[in-house]
Amino acid sequence: MISKMELYIHIPFCIRKCAYCDFLSFPAGEERKRAYVEALREEIGGAAERGDVTTIFLGGGTPSVLSGEEIGILMETVRSHYRVLPGAEISLEANPGTLTAEKLAAWREAGINRLSIGLQSADNRELRTLGRIHTWEEFLEGYRMARKAGFENINIDLMSALPGQSSRTWRETLLKVTALEPEHISAYSLIVEEGTPFYEKYGEDARRREEGLACSWLPSEEEERQMYYDTKGILGEKGYGRYEISNYARKGYECRHNCGYWRRESYRGFGLGASSLVEEVRFKNTSCMEEYLGRDFSRREEERLSKEAQMEEFMFLGLRLAEGISTEEFCRKFGCAYAEVYGKVTKELLAKKLLCQENQRIFLTEQGIDVSNYVIAEFLF
Amino acid sequence: MDQSKIRNFCIIAHIDHGKSTLADRIIEMTGLLTSREMQAQVLDNMDLERERGITIKAQTVRTVYRAKDGEEYIFNLIDTPGHVDFNYEVSRSLAACDGAILVVDAAQGIEAQTLANVYLALDHDLDVMPVINKIDLPSADPERVINEIEDIIGIEAQDAPRISAKTGENVEEVLEQIVAKIPAPVGDAKAPLKALIFDSVYDSYRGVIVFCRIKEGAVRRGTPILMMATGARAEVVEVGYFGAGQFIPCEELSAGMVGYITASLKNVKETRVGDTVTNADIPCAEPLPGYKKVNSMVFCGMYPADGAKYPDLRDALEKLQLNDAALQFEPETSVALGFGFRCGFLGLLHLEIIQERLEREYNLDLVTTAPSVIYKVHKTNGEVMELTNPSNLPDPSEIEYMEEPIVSAEIMVTTEFIGSIMQLCEERRGVYLGMEYMEETRALLKYDLPLNEIIYDFFDALKSRSRGYASFDYEMKGYERSELVKLDILVNREEVDALSFIVHGATAYERGRKMCEKLKEEIPRQLFEIPIQAAIGSKIIARETVKAMRKDVLAKCYGGDITRKKKLLEKQKEGKKRMRQVGNVEIPQKAFMSVLKLDDK
Repeated sequence: MISKMELYIHIPFCIRKCAYCDFLSFPAGEERKRAYVEALREEIGGAAERGDVTTIFLGGGTPSVLSGEEIGILMETVRSHYRVLPGAEISLEANPGTLTAEKLAAWREAGINRLSIGLQSADNRELRTLGRIHTWEEFLEGYRMARKAGFENINIDLMSALPGQSSRTWRETLLKVTALEPEHISAYSLIVEEGTPFYEKYGEDARRREEGLACSWLPSEEEERQMYYDTKGILGEKGYGRYEISNYARKGYECRHNCGYWRRESYRGFGLGASSLVEEVRFKNTSCMEEYLGRDFSRREEERLSKEAQMEEFMFLGLRLAEGISTEEFCRKFGCAYAEVYGKVTKELLAKKLLCQENQRIFLTEQGIDVSNYVIAEFLF
Repeated sequence: MDQSKIRNFCIIAHIDHGKSTLADRIIEMTGLLTSREMQAQVLDNMDLERERGITIKAQTVRTVYRAKDGEEYIFNLIDTPGHVDFNYEVSRSLAACDGAILVVDAAQGIEAQTLANVYLALDHDLDVMPVINKIDLPSADPERVINEIEDIIGIEAQDAPRISAKTGENVEEVLEQIVAKIPAPVGDAKAPLKALIFDSVYDSYRGVIVFCRIKEGAVRRGTPILMMATGARAEVVEVGYFGAGQFIPCEELSAGMVGYITASLKNVKETRVGDTVTNADIPCAEPLPGYKKVNSMVFCGMYPADGAKYPDLRDALEKLQLNDAALQFEPETSVALGFGFRCGFLGLLHLEIIQERLEREYNLDLVTTAPSVIYKVHKTNGEVMELTNPSNLPDPSEIEYMEEPIVSAEIMVTTEFIGSIMQLCEERRGVYLGMEYMEETRALLKYDLPLNEIIYDFFDALKSRSRGYASFDYEMKGYERSELVKLDILVNREEVDALSFIVHGATAYERGRKMCEKLKEEIPRQLFEIPIQAAIGSKIIARETVKAMRKDVLAKCYGGDITRKKKLLEKQKEGKKRMRQVGNVEIPQKAFMSVLKLDDK
């Protein structure tokens, strides 16, 4: 019995796949969605891992393509099998093009208390490039409806370093969005993922940029970094602190669910392709819809984490957070002094000014963030 | 043994003209092996040789042929290495024969190596018997090739067997002609022992097994023997002849025979190819002519990728040397690469073969430095230094002048490519000596070329600029004075000793520029900017910059990403392990090798 845990529920549906998206997601008819919700309910009902739930995250895909009623049924199922702690953070990801007053009201009713809206850009031309189904104006309407429906904790997802994007349009997006005063903003630098239409078009460019060469479509490495610095600058001025590499929030509104991933708290993922970490075992569900609908909920890619692997993850995930890791916590968790394990490498990285150490916490410097893969890789055995 | 019933011969051919296939057929048809026992190409028994279709170590086999005259003949087929690097071994193998079968491809006709091998055979007074192979090819034109042989080489070829070694067609005729045309050996079996060593192999149970041709006298178990050049002495333990793939002991080897001797000799260095074996108690008056010690022509540094494997590399080199007297090595140290060996080879192919064998048979991961030749450095104090490692070049103020080895090269090429091949030779500082038209469409180009211009990638360039049609052969000519400089490579302002090399002054800029460009491609970006410079002395002649890595960050890492992203980082870390730290720069091991192939247009 695990004392506390987070739940993740994956909804692999969307209206239309975006050009950059490599998530497990695809359009589907009403019948398929209903069948999926039924399978989800069975998986949740039959899961062996139980504990008090601190956060729930309905992610996707676009969970907002489900009807208000379906979300309600899912939440009911969760509550009938888990004790959801009072004050639990319950998030739902929504596409601005799918918001209606009815749905929003139903979600409130179901206990959803945090909304994460995928806007990506305030520039309609950029939205078309991304293959989004909505405009800035449609988003605005949806955002106002959400506020009206009573959502007091809203995140807006944004993307920088888009093809054809300039520092100017990015700054405009940031200013327009902060003017709405959401509680949280996620600002990701675009990753051109293999297997997406974007990869066909911009993959070569992305490779060139990795080698430090000039690009034809994507912003150069320098521009990309400048956008990243601008993000921190502008959002900082407007009262949003960066608490993770790509996440910003007003004080007290950091996403608790996501912080759980970086602090290595237990989580159980339900739904197609969902991952879990339970009692130091990582595993995931099938990614094949037919198997899932056929009620195959068996564990895939199960990996029991060795102590070394746990230490690696502790560093590799913890350093994503602005607060970094606590050497004292390391010692408590693993029963050995931090310096014994990572003293040498830490010293080198401190000397290179990629890490900073204050009050028994170790965290990435600004420069360390830019090359964080290099830094983090140093902590692997 | 009746000498008149022995035929000692070899097969000579240009690469790919079917030498090994014909050898297989002969062995098969003389009945020593059944078809089922035949591996494809019995004679080439090293994996590497079979893959590359070349012969490295001479192999020899004795078979028995019942001819149409009803008599049984002993055939000793002495296989010769097929590459210019092993020219001396070829010449010693030829000296063990009384005749040679010349195999010429019925479609391709005579090639540069064909000529070189024929002249070598004629030099040894061998009777050359032409055979036209591959008549089963649609493009075969045996009559044209026969005329070519008569016109160009000047040997009678009208009754040359027209065969297909592949299908076996007419091979019987080859066997009959061997009996009729290859002379039987002569030599006094009562005279003091005089035997030519044409190869030797090391066997961990029997020690060195010496392959020899008995010219005069006889040898048997108990005979005290003396190697006349090396002075090594031993008592014979066993004599015998060569079955296909096995040693078959016999009572005695006498004049005219080809066979092996074991005498608990521990080192192939004592049994040098070309040396004469005689009876230590009743020595012959004079050794056989033509012995020379083979010297390494090409040198490079070989380092274990993993420094801890240094003893393994030493053991492996020692083992290879047991069978390969031409392989030399001595320990050396590099600032960039740590502990390793400076190794000497007969040529670039020999180098590649050793490198591949170390990697495959001994499972070693190697870093090899750019090959170098032996330069003669005439110092102001009158000393002459033989330089094999560019790092050891004395200060320019101590150098009076330098000399480099020159080879005489013959290149056979179809007329349409003459221009591009001449251009290649000019680029490589070749001195044009002349051109002969072999027939209307083909010519033989003669050039003197510096050896250091052909040890990198000349052969590849030759092939690519002639669409594969040019063939090439060379021999050492001597040393010539030359304006040579040492080109150093500085990475992040630190000299990388393993990348230094000697180059002609006129081509230094070009090479320096290409090296820098290539290294820029190979060295991954690091946290700081890395200048890559080429320098002669203190003068920088080329520069490239590896820009600092500005960004290497995962924008997203949530619950579902963790395992996959961690694997990516592990891969990144794994890549780093294969780097060499020079100063504070990580240089991938393959960067040290990539600079060998600069002419990749």
